[in-house]
Order: sequence, then structure tokens, then C-alpha cells
Amino acid sequence: MPRYALRVNGRASTVDCWDPGEPLLYVLRNKLGLHGAKFGCGLGQCGACTVLIDGRAARSCMTPVSQAVGRAITTIEGLGTPERPDPLEAAFITEQAAQCGYCTSGMIMAAKSLLQQTSHPTPDQVKQALAANICRCGTHTRILNAVLRVAKA
Amino acid sequence: MTSTAFNKRGAPPPRFNALRATPFGLAAPLRGAAFSVTRRDFLRTGGVVVVGFAVGGGWPRRSGAQPSPGTIAGRSLDPRDVDSFLAIQTDGSVTIYTSKVDVGTGLRIAMSQMAAEELGIPIDRITVVEGDTALTPDQGGTGGSTGIPRGAVEVRQAAATAREALLTLGAEHLKRAPADLTLDGGEVRPVSGGPGVAIATLVGGKRLSLRVNPKAPLKDPTRYAVVGKPLLRPDVPAKCTGQHTYVQDHTVPGMLHARVIRPPAIGATLVSVDESSVRNLPGVRVVRIESFLAVVADDEWAAVRAARTMKATWSEWSGLPGSEGLDRHVRQSAVERDEVLVNRGNPSRDRPDVKRLTATYWWPCQSHASIGPSCAIADFRAEGTTIWTATQGTHGMRASFSRVFGIPADKLRVIYLDGSGSYGGNGNDDVAADALLLSKTLARPVRVQWMRQDEHGWDPKGPPQLLDVGGGIDAQGRIVDWETQMWVPVTVPGGRPLLGVDAAAIPQPHGQSSGNISQNGDPPYAASSVRVVVHWLKQTPLRPSNLRAPGKIGNVFAVESFTDELAAAAGIDAVEFRVRGLTDPRALDVIKRAAAMIGWQSRPSPNPRPAGGTRLVGRGMAYARYKQAENYVAMAMDVEVDRSTGRILVRRVACAHDCGLVINPDGLRNQIEGSIVQTLSRALREEVTFDRSRVTSVDWASYPVLRFPEAPGVEVALIDRPTLPPFGAGEASTAPVAAALGNAVFDATGVRLRAVPFTPERVKA
Repeated sequence: MPRYALRVNGRASTVDCWDPGEPLLYVLRNKLGLHGAKFGCGLGQCGACTVLIDGRAARSCMTPVSQAVGRAITTIEGLGTPERPDPLEAAFITEQAAQCGYCTSGMIMAAKSLLQQTSHPTPDQVKQALAANICRCGTHTRILNAVLRVAKA
Repeated sequence: MTSTAFNKRGAPPPRFNALRATPFGLAAPLRGAAFSVTRRDFLRTGGVVVVGFAVGGGWPRRSGAQPSPGTIAGRSLDPRDVDSFLAIQTDGSVTIYTSKVDVGTGLRIAMSQMAAEELGIPIDRITVVEGDTALTPDQGGTGGSTGIPRGAVEVRQAAATAREALLTLGAEHLKRAPADLTLDGGEVRPVSGGPGVAIATLVGGKRLSLRVNPKAPLKDPTRYAVVGKPLLRPDVPAKCTGQHTYVQDHTVPGMLHARVIRPPAIGATLVSVDESSVRNLPGVRVVRIESFLAVVADDEWAAVRAARTMKATWSEWSGLPGSEGLDRHVRQSAVERDEVLVNRGNPSRDRPDVKRLTATYWWPCQSHASIGPSCAIADFRAEGTTIWTATQGTHGMRASFSRVFGIPADKLRVIYLDGSGSYGGNGNDDVAADALLLSKTLARPVRVQWMRQDEHGWDPKGPPQLLDVGGGIDAQGRIVDWETQMWVPVTVPGGRPLLGVDAAAIPQPHGQSSGNISQNGDPPYAASSVRVVVHWLKQTPLRPSNLRAPGKIGNVFAVESFTDELAAAAGIDAVEFRVRGLTDPRALDVIKRAAAMIGWQSRPSPNPRPAGGTRLVGRGMAYARYKQAENYVAMAMDVEVDRSTGRILVRRVACAHDCGLVINPDGLRNQIEGSIVQTLSRALREEVTFDRSRVTSVDWASYPVLRFPEAPGVEVALIDRPTLPPFGAGEASTAPVAAALGNAVFDATGVRLRAVPFTPERVKA
């Protein structure tokens, strides 16, 4: 079975995949035990699977494992922990910016990507950056406030 | 303890420790001694608490630590017993047991606050076990905003009963009169000061063996220290760091991944399967039971690929009316019976001074559209079967699955794990049936997750609602002769049929229910006469379900839009018109508050100010008392409408909300904000489309929802009534949203929107 060398959250690992087209999302979840990125649509429409690839937000459900080789992959597990959250995660917790929370990982990774490129985005820039991420519970206002909390810091 | 503990067979069920940074407060009860050692009971006889001995049950410790069967010996599930709701552990911490589950609603923290208040223990010493048929009493499923008013209120009464018993025991221990003692900080201690005794010392690890006393006194609300505080939800840190274990993340050793292949037409039957079409995919097995078709594999991606690749032949079927012109179809549908729900006052048909209006309102078929497709894991075993599911009703699932699959209830355990928001009844029950059917067939644990098109295409739907409303206004602007007629599907007892079970031709009841969809069809305002008639339809095109605030959103949309039409016809300001028709001070409070928040300018609609370019602005108001018996909610909205594009931009939403006692103001605000934004999405964007054979809105492109650029600012005012009972808040503030929006659009443009969704085409029409 073909073997792929990946670098996820700064750690090198190898995975065996019978299909070079297997989406990175399934590899992360089932082969590396990283459950933060979620399956939402498999179509690149909702953003629940968002991770960073070379620092940019990417849809792990649409990224074949073969194209992830040699690139720096960051999942939400690479940011912080409940005890020591990353500043953006801490802002989400402070704002209680989640209900079911199924979209939250994707939201945080999309916002992380924005903040790495634009450290002080305007509210409109945050809205545009998250426009492709769906929240079904309607926590948009809180998510926006959480990202702006970091943007202003 | 990390989340991986959940991944081991025999791992404890989910439990949430209030305020702890992680939700994995697993340290105490189920793993430790509390449930496996012999324990002493308290037997209450003749008003005296007697310490007795009894054999307590243990967590089944069999080889492989299989977490079945259906009941745990020694654990009471009788909702009359205090022990069913709470346990005081050896370390003085408290475990709450409830069948009401926290579907992202903040129920865990709110319930913990209510229990902490009565028990006088710090909130961080409370852990919640929810929705496990082997551990939690059956308080009914989670729905209808009953989590607080039933679930948490029952827990509170059990806690109040325990408080009485603890004070009695403490009095014996301290040799003081119970009236001289208080329960605080996990201790029974003298009010006047001095040493106390820890509740752990008094009862830690032991059963109380008390009946819940419905008259056990509750703490005086003026002395609340924990209830009313905006405490943070315990599940949020893990949700914000990717550590929270959803049912989609749960794994069981040896489990197979499955995908179910649904037919291309809803009523089609399976004619033939070409198994060679998936032969080149590794480790894939095909399961066919009558018209139930699935693929399973050790590797999830292989199952996904196989489901896509599988070639199967299905029969033709075209039994749907199609969503185009569905309102006409609904009006012509066969009626099971008519029911007069409200009939008060005497109609005055021939008064010449009355200006009469009629209007028809339409709410389309909508999907729960959960962002994470439904998922479940089933492990069928002769000695005891386990299902892990995000269903909102684990006990109900156990009862129905027990009958359908022929599994004795005491050999079936259903364990709740959080899922993606489900808002009523999404695909969770169906996917659990899929998983159980496959596990029973293959004698292996099986995980099924639906794909996006399965969730959008096959979740049971919020049914369409058609309403005709008529009424008039007299010369003084008073409402005369209100009549609402509604066409909605009748309730048929027996429970919703499960997709996989039907496909496999296993007998099951074919009930039909969408919740209490006929409520709030009457205006809350004074009227000379009011009549509400329901035409209960035998059928509705797609399998119906109880989508959040069932029926009430559509009914309030009609009632509050028509109220606005009457006000406009009378040339009276919309707030003034409502205020004139109300006497309940709580209703008046919320309306006045919401109007003040939005900066309401009193004048009739539509807005007479000259438009600046093509952008028109307006404001709208709507009010409802949820179910005509619960929360008071008023909502004011400020919108901008682009006349050239027909696009509506909601600029601000102001909501005043009175649900009685407020338990956790931030959790409550979160629910209200979410209700508003989600319902704006439903009002502006959402409609399930279907042709003669199948649902055609099967992804986020064909079933668009509101996204960030359209998300408005939302302001919420909470009116706390500490001495009144608390109502739930997961639904009530959804009810006035569409009407407030439609009324605001009318104010801006003079265009009355009577059909949802408010598409640009409808705005421009």
C-alpha cells in the first residue's frame, strides 16, 4: 500500500493509504486520531473540515493525501488545549462562541488563517473571511466578536 | 483523563463537570469505588433518617468490559427516587443523572446551577450524566423547550429533598436542631457558626433511598448565589480546542464503517445490485436486505468510495407532488378532520363600520440541515446491545428499537453523545437504525455516518404550513372577527417510521408527528371574536418531523403579519396597535422594551420618508407568547431593502425576552441569539425543493442558509422574574422572527411578504 509522509502539527508521521485521492480529512481523523476537523459536506461548501496547509486555510475534505505531502499541515489540535488554549481559542471560550460546536474547529482555523495574513482585520474582513464557513446554530455574532477580540489585542 | 478514554470499549459514558476546563470529569463515580462497593442506604422511616445497609450495584465488570446490558444493578431509574437523579460521591462531589441532553443549549450548566443552589455545594463539584438509558431516569426526550422546566426542575426537586435529608442527618451528627443548620460549601453547618460536617461524611457514596418530596421547600430566590449567574458552559473549552468527543468521533474496537445507499426515488425498491462494481475497492462488503443497501469496510474511505461507485438498479417511483406550487397542492390535500381550536366571542359579520381583510400565508417545507451529517454506532450482541447516538430521546429510541428489532429493552442500552446541532429530529434516529440493522446482520460493531446528500435529502422535514387569516378593524381600530384557518399534517400515533427498517421490510409502526404544530394560531390581542380552525391533512409530501418550535414559527408569522396588516389598514402605529390590544403587563413590558431598544418611532407603516436611491429602510415589530402559555417575546427589526436587487439586509435585531426565572443569563442569551439568526436564515433562504421522485435540495448550494456577511447585530434584553417558574428558551424567540422581518420589509417598501423564503424575486414582485 502506498505510504505518505506527512507533517502535521510539526510532527512527522507516515500513513498508508490505498487511494492517493483519499481526502486528508479521513487520514487525519482515522489514521492519525485527530478528530478536531469535522466531516460536514465533503464538497468544500461548509468549512467544518478546515485546516491550515502552509499557513493558509484549506478544505481537508477536498485535499487528496498525495497533495498534502511535504506541506506543513496544522489542525486545531496544533493550537492549544482546554487547559492552555491558543489566544484565538481562548477568545472563543470567553465569548462562549459555540453551541453544538461542530463548526467551531473550522471557524477557528479559518480565522487563524485570516489573522496570520491580516493581524487587525475589520469586522467586514472577518465576515468575508468566514463567509464560506457555515454555522447552523446561529452563533455568528459571538464568533465575530471572538475573532475581533483577538484582532484588537 | 483525555478524550481517548471514550474510545475504549467499556469507557464511561460522557459526563460533564461543571466549570472544569475539560468535560471529562471521569475520575469519580463509574470508574471508582462508588458504584462497585457495597454501600449503605438511608431508609427514611417515620420522619427519622436511619442509616441502613444495602447492596449497591456495580458497573458490570465482565471480560472485555462491555458496557451493556440495559440496566445497571442497584442503580435506581425510578423518577420518584432521589437516587435516580443524583448521587453524592465519597469525595462529596455530586453526580446528576438526567435524560434531558444538552444539544449545545447550555442545559448542563443551567441544571448544575439549579442543583448546586439547593445542595449548597460549589458548582465545580457537580458532574452531569445525560441520556444514558442504563443510568438516567426517563424524564422524556429533549424537546419542546422542556430541558429546564421539566428536566432541571425535577433535578432541583430531588436536590431539595436531599437537602432536607442532609440537614436531618447533620442535625443528628452535630446534635443540633435542623432549623439551626444550613447547607453550604458541601457542609451541614450551624447558621450561627462553628464546625460543621461534610456531606461526604454524612452520605458519601451511599444511596439516600428517598422518594422525591414534591413539597420539599426550595431555596428562597432572593438568596440565590449561583442561579442567575452567567457561568461558562463546561463543554465549550473542549469544543474550542478540537478535544470534544462527538458521536462522529467515537470509535469502538473492531468497528466497521458503513454507508447506506438510498434509492434515487423515495419510494423506489431495489431491483438488482452489481456487486462487481465495488469489487476493486479494498475490503468492501455489500449488505442487501430487501431494499436496504449498504456497503461496509474497515476503512471509512473505502466505504465512501464504494457507496459512490456502487451500481444498483431501482424501480421507478414518482409519488411526490413536487415543491413547485406546493401551496396549491396542500390546499387540495385530503383532510382527515377539521378541528376548531379556538372559538370565542360572537362574530359580527354585517357591521358596515368594519374594514375587512383576508390574507394567505405560506411556510415551506424545511430541513434541520444539521451541519454534521447524522452518525451512530451500534454494537449488537446477544448478551447486550449498545447504541451510541446523538438522538434527543434515548429512552424513546430504546423503546421503539426494542420493539422493531426484537431486542428486550433490558438488553439494549442507548448512550447519548453530543452530535451536530439537531434542532428537533434530524437523521439521528434513522442513522442509528441503519447502524443497528448492519451490526445485527454482520455481528460486528458498525459506525454509520450519512453523507451530505443523505442528511439534506432524507432527514425528516419540518412540514409545509398554509394559513388563511381574515379579520377586520372597526372605526376605533379594534380587531373584529379574527379567523385563522390552517392546513397542516395530522398526528398519527406510533412514531416516525425509520428509513432503514422500512427499506429492509421489517414491520414497524407508521406514525406521523411534527410536534404541536397548531399552537399560536390565535392572536394574543383583544378581538370581538376569534376562531381558529385546523384542517388536519391526512398526509404531507415528505416524512414530517418536529423541527425547532414546530408550527409556531409559521403560525406566528401569519398571525403577527396579519396584525401588522390590520394596523396598517387602520393607519395606526404597529406598536401602538399591539399595546392597545393587550392587558398582560408582562406582554406590555417586552413590547415596550424591544421598541425602546430599536429606537422605535411611532407612525403608521409604510415608511413615508423619501428613499435615498434604491435603498429603503424600515422597522418591524412582532410579539408572541410562546404556546400562548410560556415565554413572552417581542422582537423589533431594522432592515434595509435594495429595491433594484430585492435583497434584504437585516441591520439590527432587538429582542426582549421574559421566560420567568433566569438561570444562566449568558446561556439564555446564546440561545436567543441563535434562535434569531437561525430563523432569519429560515425566513430569508430556506426551502426544501423536490421533484416528483426525490428531494433536489441536497447540499448547501441548493439549500442555502444565512452566512456571515448577512448576519445582523442582535441585542437581547432579559427580563428576569426570580419568583416565577423558569421556562425553556430554545424555541420561543424563533417564533416572532419572520413576522418582525416581514413587517420591517413592508415598512421599508410597502411590499407585504406572505410567503417564505423572502427571496429577492418575492421582494421585487
